[in-house]
Order: sequence, then structure tokens, then C-alpha cells
Amino acid sequence: MRILWKTVVYLLLIVGSVLMSLPFAWMLSTALKPIEQTMSMPPNWLPYRYYAEIDGKREAVVPVEKIISTAYVADDGTVLRRRIDAGGASVRVVRASENAPLFKVALERDRSKWAVLAASDVSRRVEPRWENFANAVKEMRYFPRYLWNTLLLCVLTVVGSVVSSSLAAYGFSRIEWKGRDKLFAVVLATMMVPFPVVMVPLYCLFRWLGMIGTLQPLWVGSFFAQAFNVFLLRQFFMGIPKDLSDAARIDGCGEFTIFLKVILPAAKPALVVVALLQFLFTWNDFLGPLIYLTDQSDYTLALGLQFFQSQNGGTEWHYLMAASILVIAPIMLLFVIAQRSFIQGISMTGMKG
Amino acid sequence: MTGMERRRLVLGLLFVSPCLIGLAVFTLYPLAASFYYSFCDYDILSEPLWVGTANYAEMLGDDLFWKSLYNTCFFAALFVPLSLVLSLLVAMLLNQAVKFRFLFRALFYLPALVPIVAGAMIWLWIYNGEYGLLNYALSRIGIRAPQWLADPAWTKPALVFMALWGVGNTIIIYLAALQDVPVQLYESAEIDGAGFWAKFRHVTIPMISPVIYFNLIMGIIGAMQIFTRPYIMMERGGPDNSALFYTIYIFQNAFRYSRMGYASAMAWTLFVAIVFLTWLGSKSASGKIHYEGR
Repeated sequence: MRILWKTVVYLLLIVGSVLMSLPFAWMLSTALKPIEQTMSMPPNWLPYRYYAEIDGKREAVVPVEKIISTAYVADDGTVLRRRIDAGGASVRVVRASENAPLFKVALERDRSKWAVLAASDVSRRVEPRWENFANAVKEMRYFPRYLWNTLLLCVLTVVGSVVSSSLAAYGFSRIEWKGRDKLFAVVLATMMVPFPVVMVPLYCLFRWLGMIGTLQPLWVGSFFAQAFNVFLLRQFFMGIPKDLSDAARIDGCGEFTIFLKVILPAAKPALVVVALLQFLFTWNDFLGPLIYLTDQSDYTLALGLQFFQSQNGGTEWHYLMAASILVIAPIMLLFVIAQRSFIQGISMTGMKG
Repeated sequence: MTGMERRRLVLGLLFVSPCLIGLAVFTLYPLAASFYYSFCDYDILSEPLWVGTANYAEMLGDDLFWKSLYNTCFFAALFVPLSLVLSLLVAMLLNQAVKFRFLFRALFYLPALVPIVAGAMIWLWIYNGEYGLLNYALSRIGIRAPQWLADPAWTKPALVFMALWGVGNTIIIYLAALQDVPVQLYESAEIDGAGFWAKFRHVTIPMISPVIYFNLIMGIIGAMQIFTRPYIMMERGGPDNSALFYTIYIFQNAFRYSRMGYASAMAWTLFVAIVFLTWLGSKSASGKIHYEGR
């Protein structure tokens, strides 16, 4: 019974985690392929490069067309089903069958050069196209600008929210004053206000201030202590022994010195959590930049990623996936470095319940 | 008030002043302003013009408003229960004493870290009708799959499915709650002869009920505001407006058609609905939720 139970648990875990990882694998696989291999059916998981001997030289080639019956190849390389389609121009007859197909291939270095070869003459090797990453960045003209904007916003909002919410959390937890807890309840209640409700007036406000089209609307707010961060830090501050503050007070320290020298050092883990969550939010934010940024050359990464997405087909999937990886990678790296704080932070969001 | 008390009041207010200013400027003022705008005709270029309840009256007769409301509720009704049940299941699995537990946890959690925009791009590719991985896999087991994002009947299920991929945060919150359940409770239940189901029903569920409730409320609030994924993945509300969600319609009215008044009326309706749902939730949950030590 125990063994059966264990097997079921492991089976579910393995199947589940494979399913969860598949989209990542598919993304990576696509990002490393040349464009024509992203559109092969059935799909391959591995990126290949094809080689063939042409005019006595080993060349990298791209399969263009598979020929499985008798066909007529015109001088310009067009493959025809019937000779008369050539309209009297000279054609070469090739005979192929389901069992012995032929491939029309083009040279990778010069796609106007082509040849018709037997399948056995074409060899393939697994070769990831790492250059897709560089090409995607190059093609997305403003990538460095997007990256700079995003990083700048991340730094500003992280500094802003850590400074302002730790001050506010101190005021809400370490100093006793009349009406404190009632006011805090009001602050907590504002967490319920959905962004769409305040979106329009905020836009009007920033427009009146002349900030539309600049990054300012995206970071100014973080310097005014968001409710959730205050809640998180307050929770932590309350757990720091009162004696620490009292001892400092006896030594003649003022509240601000106590905040700076006693509380902040003791609350480092919680500050890291706030910084991480804020970084994540800013890095991922889409709606904010969408509303406030107007110039395509001044987007953030999240907004700029749409560059490769073409509404009328012809999306360059390999570049889109490569660029997506570039947007995801820093977050993953951060997770590997600070996973303990991540998990702690997310778990703490559940404490409100 | 003694001098000491007054000094502390001033100090306290000084410390919380960034928070209070932020509250006033970035929450309370916009809340009031959007309430006012909701009774106005306002195109941002000229002054708001008072029109009374005309915006609300227009909403009642606006097919797209009802469609967006229906789509949003449909999504929430499908996504919230599924995400609550599935993530509790996964959290319970991850709470078992298994080897490589850390690895499993990371694998289940990582999708939640993927920026929504990037996640949307991945799924756009997976759902691709011609070269997508999903339809190829389904065709291998003999299922003729729909053109997910181009078929009005399948856009919302497709969005639910991909949103379920990113429920890692909910899993982590459950996991933290599960780890807080005292082991003695399970031990004494076992002594009383409780099997797996009885332990789950009478120990686990009551002990983590506050977290279930929290996840439910947050799930509903989040689902009501779904925006980024459908906005990126489908143009203008998708085929037959099947992916025109409430927030997308607010956004379109505000920033495409410059109808700030109408958008505000929709936004306030959403706000009232969310407050009402939360109130309803807390009312129906009171007594059913077990709070430790309260």
C-alpha cells in the first residue's frame, strides 16, 4: 500500500513537472532554430544544420522542397509537376518515389544557388543557432534602450518602495500614536482597489503634469509607500523585540536613528523580499507602460517584446522566442540566487488571509 | 493629550507621511475623480461635461459591455475553481516526503516567474494553428484540434489553460499553509483511525481554510482584471469579441475612443462588484473558516 502510494505520488510529480517544463523547452528549441525549421511539420525538438557535397565542396544547405514523384525542374529552380507548366522552357526531369525521395536544397550562403539531391546525399548535424539571440537584439532596433529603461525603472522603483515603505512601516509599528491602527486599516483596505478603477484619473493627472510619454508616471508612485509593502514590513517590524529600541532610546537615540541603526539592519530579510517583489512587478509590468509610454523608441522590454509579433502572419518565431528568453532569463537568475527570499515573500502574501 | 503623546503623534505621522500622501494622491483622489468622471462626458481634451447617469444608462444597452462582462465572468468561473483545486493538489504532492523535493518545487513554481508578456508569446506559439506544438500533439493521438485563438468557442478555455500554467504563487501559499498544520493533529487523527480522506476532510481543510479563502478572493479579484494575456494574444478582443474582457473594454474606451467618462462608469461598476463579491465571500465564509488562536 505504502509503495503504491509512493509510486502514484512520484508519477504525478514527474508527469506534472514535465508538463510544466514543456513550454520552456519548446521556447528554447524554437529560439535555437533557423526560421524554416520552426515551421516544419512534424516539429523537431532539435535544431539541425544540413550538409551536402556540391561541386566537390561540402556546403551547408537548406532543404526547400521534397520531391516524391517524377518532376520537372526548370532552370531557375522551380519544381513543376508537369512538363507543359514550363511553357516550352528547358527543364530537367527528375524521378523520385515515396521510398526514394529527392530534395531540392538551396545553399545557405547563397540561397539563389540550388541543387536536387537524393536524401542519402544530405547529412544533418545538431547545431543550435546561438546567433539568433544577437540577431533578435539587432533586429529589435531599440533593444538597448528598452533594457536601459527597464533597468532604470527597476532601480528607481526598488529604491523608492524600500525607502518609503520601511519608513511608513516603522511609523505604523514601532511608534505608539493615537489613531494609528485605524489609519493602518484604511491603508490596508486600499489594497482592494483594482488598478482599472484608478487608471483613467491617474492618466489625466500625469497628463496634467506633462509626464505622459516619459518614464516618470511609472516610478513616481513607488516613492509613496504602497499598502502591500507597508503591510509586509510592518508585520516583520512588529516581531523585532521592543527592548532593542528601548536600549537605544536610553542611549539617547532619536526615532530616526533607531529606525536606521536598529530596525533596518534587523529587518534585512524582509527588505530583500520587498525589493524582489517590486523588481518583479516593474520588470513584468505591461499595462502601466502601455498607458504612459507613447514613443516606440522609449518602451520597456515587456512592451517592446511585441515588436516581433506580426498581426498578419509571418511572425519571426525564432527571434520572438529568443527575445522572450532574454526577458525571462534575468528573473530566473534572480530566482536561483535568492530563491529563499522569493518563496518567503510569496508565502507572506498569504498571511493577509 | 500630553506633550509626550503629541510628540509621538507628530513623529508617527511624519514617518507614515509618504504612505498617506500616496494614499491621497494615487488612490483616494483617483477613486473620487473617476466617480465624478463616470457622470460626465469627458474626452480629456475639453473639460468634463456633466451628463448625469447617462453613462450608466448607456452601459445597460451596450452589447459589448454585456459581452465583456460575460467573457470575464466565464473566465473567472472556469479559472478560479480549477486553479484552487489544482494548486491545492500540487501543493499536497509537493508536501510529501519525496526525493528531489526541491527540484519538483522549482519546476512547478518557475512558470509563475515568467513575465506575463513573455508567457503570452510562448503560448501564442504553442497554440499556433499551423505549426503549434499543441495541435501537433493532439493530432498524434487522433484529435482534430480547433484553431484555439481564432475560434470564438475556444479562446477563453485556451486562456484558462495557459493561466493554469502560472499558478505557482497559489501553490506556494498553500504549501506554506500545509507546512504550518501541526503534525500532532494528523497523529491523533490516525490514532482515531482516520484514513487519508478523513484526515484531508477534517484536519487539512479546516486548518488551511483561511488560506483557501484568501486564494479564492485574490483569484476572483485577479480574474476580474484579466488584461495582458488576451490583449497581447488577440487583436481587438479576438474573434467575434470572444476575448473582449472587462478591463480590455475599459482600456479601449479610455485610450482608443477617448471616452473617459464611459470608461470610468465601467470601472466603478467593477469596483462595486468586487467590493460586493468580497463582502459576500466574507459573509458566507464566516463560521466556516477556522482561525487558529482567535
